[in-house]
Amino acid sequence: MIQALNRALHDAMAADGSVVVFGEDVGPLGGVFRVTDGLTATFGENRCFDTPLAESGIVGMAVGMAMNGLRPVVEMQFDAFAFPAFEQIVSHVAKLANRTRGRVRLPMVIRVPYGGGIGGVEHHSDSSEAYYAHTPGLLVVTPATNTDAYGLLRAAIEHPDPVVFLEPKRQYFTREELDPEPAVPPIGRAVVRRDGRDATLIAYGPSVPVALAAAEQAATEGRDLGVVDLRSIVPFDDETVTAAVRRTGRAVVVAEAPGFASVASEIAARVSERCFHHLEAPVRRVTGFDVPYPPPRLEQHHLPGVDRILDAVDDLQWEIA
Amino acid sequence: MSSGEVAQMMRLIDETGAVVGDGATLPAPEALLDGYRRLVLARRLNEQAEALVRQGRLAVYPSSHGQEACQVAAAAVLAETDWLFPTYRDVAAIAARGVDPVDVLVMLRGDWHCGYDPLATRVAPQATPLATQLPHAVGVGHAARLKGEDTVVMALCGDGATSEGDFHEALNFAAVFASPVVFLVQNNKYAISVPLSRQSAAESLAAKGVGYGVPGVRVDGNDLAALTVVLSEAVARARRGEGPTLVEADTYRIHAHTNADDPSRYRADDEVEKWRPRDPLLRLRAHLTTTGALTSRLEAEFAAAAEEMAAHVRAGMGGESVLDPAELFAHVYSTPTPQLREQAALLAAELNEVRS
Ligand SMILES: Cc1ncc(C[n+]2csc(CCOP(=O)(O)OP(=O)(O)O)c2C)c(N)n1
Repeated sequence: MIQALNRALHDAMAADGSVVVFGEDVGPLGGVFRVTDGLTATFGENRCFDTPLAESGIVGMAVGMAMNGLRPVVEMQFDAFAFPAFEQIVSHVAKLANRTRGRVRLPMVIRVPYGGGIGGVEHHSDSSEAYYAHTPGLLVVTPATNTDAYGLLRAAIEHPDPVVFLEPKRQYFTREELDPEPAVPPIGRAVVRRDGRDATLIAYGPSVPVALAAAEQAATEGRDLGVVDLRSIVPFDDETVTAAVRRTGRAVVVAEAPGFASVASEIAARVSERCFHHLEAPVRRVTGFDVPYPPPRLEQHHLPGVDRILDAVDDLQWEIA
Repeated sequence: MSSGEVAQMMRLIDETGAVVGDGATLPAPEALLDGYRRLVLARRLNEQAEALVRQGRLAVYPSSHGQEACQVAAAAVLAETDWLFPTYRDVAAIAARGVDPVDVLVMLRGDWHCGYDPLATRVAPQATPLATQLPHAVGVGHAARLKGEDTVVMALCGDGATSEGDFHEALNFAAVFASPVVFLVQNNKYAISVPLSRQSAAESLAAKGVGYGVPGVRVDGNDLAALTVVLSEAVARARRGEGPTLVEADTYRIHAHTNADDPSRYRADDEVEKWRPRDPLLRLRAHLTTTGALTSRLEAEFAAAAEEMAAHVRAGMGGESVLDPAELFAHVYSTPTPQLREQAALLAAELNEVRS
């Protein structure tokens, strides 16, 4: 996925001279994950540069640059290191357009490598999507495939509104050939990754491959599970999700963030409201536990895995059907 | 010194081991000898930890190789009742404070977020989110003052961390409340790939104290003698109730940021080579050998003690530690919530199923 994101940045910068990239270690180093590799060499110091080490300063400066006609794409080095910028994101990035009755729009992207499963020591594995999704004014997207990583990042950079772009670190090192001209999907559309008759798994970002693996496993056990990949958390694609669940009458939401007051909870609530008369069982959530992200040697117990998903599927009141 | 100026860089022993100036303020020979012993231990700990990374026994290790004088001095100038606030790079300082290095490395092995008891050891958990520990250090110091105790807090951070807002807020709070805090910035010239010139346009990092009314002091960070004098005076000043000091130690990160980093992408080897002769161990060894304080018998003794420590670390990191997954739920609240009890039961059932 790193290569896809890198190519998206290259292509966006080549296509639009107002796109600028900055953050910590994004210049000559190319980012600690190399997502910005080669940008300074190709586009020069003014288009891709390192800043002093201060996330609030990075996001705050991006706000000003966006106010003055540029399209900043900033990198937060890890999920938990975006928190010093939380004030800027919540009080300014999210609100400026609304405060100014739409006169000032902020076309900016905040890239955040997020999520666990990489054996990282504390503060390197947080799932922070709920904070952003809960904040009106922010678009929140997260790709699960390399093709979407490319397309969604291009779409995010072109979007007139601020986008929190969550990159699942667990998928960073997956390699998958990109089309020569990868599609740029509109932000706000989910995609059905796998059709299924019996139940629908709803996932996003790092949980999509896990949901697909669960569906594979279920198939060998005679159960046909569909998988919906949200891609965009905000805006939320009620249409695709609702249609998929109505077809099966059963749904399990899969996400690795703690489940309490989470994006998974929002999805479950929406599905329950919209599909109530089609449901054969209550919507289940399979999420991380409500604990601070565990140390590396315990993280496998925390992350929703295939077995936990299939246990939830087993609970969907099949005997009644 | 008044708070409006930053002095010249303090150095007492130069790179050849020669005394700078008249030597009047040089620490006593026994203190320097003990300092050297601690440097040998700190270096050996860095080397051992780096070896454990290569063997896959540690997830990651941010080495303080080359910065051992800062590590040793920061711990050595503290009294038992004082506090140390370290970062991820300060494993050797924590060990120098007397915490078992095996307990310190628990975090980097991936067992738990902090392997020692901060209250018992008076060492805060190692901070990873940069500069965020500095306001805590001020709080610990201020609480001590409110309680009428003469505790001093040694707060560590790197040059990069001085760009974070929390660094500035901590300095200002410490100054306003005259908190007994010594801020020691290990200026090792890099924040991962980003050089000092991209962090600050100020003349020095010590100069950042001026605007807050905090005296700033610059010291050769590879000169254990100078560090000991400067930090002892800053600690004494804090203990006298005269408030915080900002100390900038001029040093260099000889190794990569961590084992995951490739420094060849952002700095030239000859820059590193220039710093090698300034190694804190070489210099003190040269000095102590010249004065005759360091005999080959003592040198062998120190080396043997370091090997013993390294063997202890290897043994402590060697076996598979046994972790209880139930602990995930144990400490989140003083009493687990009903929801956490449910989740703990779910995990226990899963694990039972796997076992049976
Ligand atoms: C708030 C925050 N942002 C980013 C990071 C990622 N990060 C870890 S270490 C580091 C460089 C720190 O440099 P410096 O403060 O000079 O200390 P050094 O590592 O050189 O000892 C960065 C950017 C972090 N840990 N915390």
